[in-house]
Amino acid sequence: MFDDLRDLYQEVILDHGKKPRNFRCPENATCLAHGNNPICGDTLVIYITLDGDERITDAAFQGEGCAISVASASMMTEILKGKTRAEAKTLFEGFHDMCTKDDFDVSQLAGCDEDAIERLVMLSGVKEFPIRVKCATLAWHTMQAAVEGDEEISTE
Amino acid sequence: MSMDLSQPVISSGDNSTSAYDLERIRADFPILKQEVYGKPLVYLDNGASAQKPRQVIDAMSDVFENYYSNVHRGVHWTSQRSTEAFEAAREKVQVFINAASVNEVIFTRGATESINLVAATWGRKNLKAGDEVILSHMEHHSNIVPWQLLRDEIGIELKIAPIDKGGNFLLDAFEALLSDKTKLVAVTHVSNALGTVVPVADVIRLAHEKGALVLLDGCQAVPHAVVDVQALDVDFYVFSGHKLYGPTGIGVLWGREDLLNAMPPYQGGGDMISSVTFEKTTFMKTPHRFEAGTPAIAEAIGLGVAVDYVSGIGLENISAHEQGILQYATEKLSAIKGLTIIGTAKEKASIISFSVDGIHPHDIGTFVDRAGVAVRVGHHCAQPVMEFYGVAATARASFGLYNTRDEVDVLADALEQTKEFFA
Ligand SMILES: Cc1ncc(COP(=O)(O)O)c(C=O)c1O
Repeated sequence: MFDDLRDLYQEVILDHGKKPRNFRCPENATCLAHGNNPICGDTLVIYITLDGDERITDAAFQGEGCAISVASASMMTEILKGKTRAEAKTLFEGFHDMCTKDDFDVSQLAGCDEDAIERLVMLSGVKEFPIRVKCATLAWHTMQAAVEGDEEISTE
Repeated sequence: MSMDLSQPVISSGDNSTSAYDLERIRADFPILKQEVYGKPLVYLDNGASAQKPRQVIDAMSDVFENYYSNVHRGVHWTSQRSTEAFEAAREKVQVFINAASVNEVIFTRGATESINLVAATWGRKNLKAGDEVILSHMEHHSNIVPWQLLRDEIGIELKIAPIDKGGNFLLDAFEALLSDKTKLVAVTHVSNALGTVVPVADVIRLAHEKGALVLLDGCQAVPHAVVDVQALDVDFYVFSGHKLYGPTGIGVLWGREDLLNAMPPYQGGGDMISSVTFEKTTFMKTPHRFEAGTPAIAEAIGLGVAVDYVSGIGLENISAHEQGILQYATEKLSAIKGLTIIGTAKEKASIISFSVDGIHPHDIGTFVDRAGVAVRVGHHCAQPVMEFYGVAATARASFGLYNTRDEVDVLADALEQTKEFFA
């Protein structure tokens, strides 16, 4: 009955949903933002630690959400470590397009970390579930807000 | 048995529904033949909005195909027919809730607008800083926010009547909140998030003893049981058409005629004045005073037909059928390991909110959807309730007059399979 859902709820995603990585509140975070999805009640706090060169040395999160939003946040924190702020933004925009645009072309992300792209492509399965796109992108929107210095963000 | 919404009766769970012709009723709803993902649609989101019977659909088409026109304005044939049908719908609503006068039935866009109307007119005129309005912990946002706006504007105080862990309305605690400062008690008749039936007869009696008025949000009550505003002795009663198997865009504010005629208008415009000069305008009496502008004509007529439809089956019969489904579903879902029902009040309408260990409600919603089952997931526009239970969201199955035990089985089965997937 759930065969179609396997494309979205892949093992890796389920695993991150159940056992989120970097699920903590780092003491030395340099930026943070609260993200919430008012329709679902999902809430996330994303913590980012930037060094003097605008490189992300740590990324973590806390909060509550569905398997997709928690997995997305968890995978994002892993992906972001070591990336610069500019690289994070490129990945965010690429991922956003991946989830929402039919004509998305992965070559748009040429030069980005391949492992990161592979994970994002996996999550972009939400494109087939329009109502769930926000679940996958909430963490990324919130991360973007954190590094831009906006504290509150809500996806509507 | 039937659920008597005016008395705090404990439901016996008797489900003798033999006289209830479920098959014929289901045949009235074209959408129930719909398949989703190759499976029959199992529609369990009636609390959010109910499906429409053929009778309502046809009546609305009939308006547009045969006699549509603006109302209260034309001398021509179509306008007269539209006006007659529109006003006949008002009379049907009057009978449906046993209002003393047809003038007490005001058509609005829905419950939300009805409550805002009372807050903006009766509230602004009669409330002053320091006056208290009591709400319950189970209110839908539409019965919270209009009062908060008024609080911010004029400095009234809001008091919240508490519930217990089962979602029961705590009458003693409510009574303790009442004082000479209480001017209005605005509470839900039936909770959309928990299904709790509030003991409104007692609430009204106690409030009146203190000289406070009572507004009931009847959105989740009118589809499930007989409501008699005179027997209740309530002051304002509101509901939406779309949860009563009628169209969207139409709802009702009922109020006592003397109260309504003493209230200032809500919006200004056409159809609500006796005369207008640039110096002075005199307003019409209720209901027209509160119905500025062209109303939702076909929708009002559709609501009238929806009222005929449920009355034809009989609210007592609907209630008995739904209580049977509620009991069956409660047993069936309780038997699922890891599933917790949120809201176990002694008296409930056919609404079951629940959570499943380790699976977020959204994921539940997406999975049961693949089995053809439509449930609501989220906070149900009742965030204070969610906070009370320490959850961000729940899944909710809300049953209507056409739901069957087989459909409950489909839901239970889908939940079991979802659990396996996430195991
Ligand atoms: C108890 C309750 N009150 C008010 C409303 C608001 O109704 P509407 O959105 O039709 O105005 C709802 C609908 O969800 C409800 O369930």
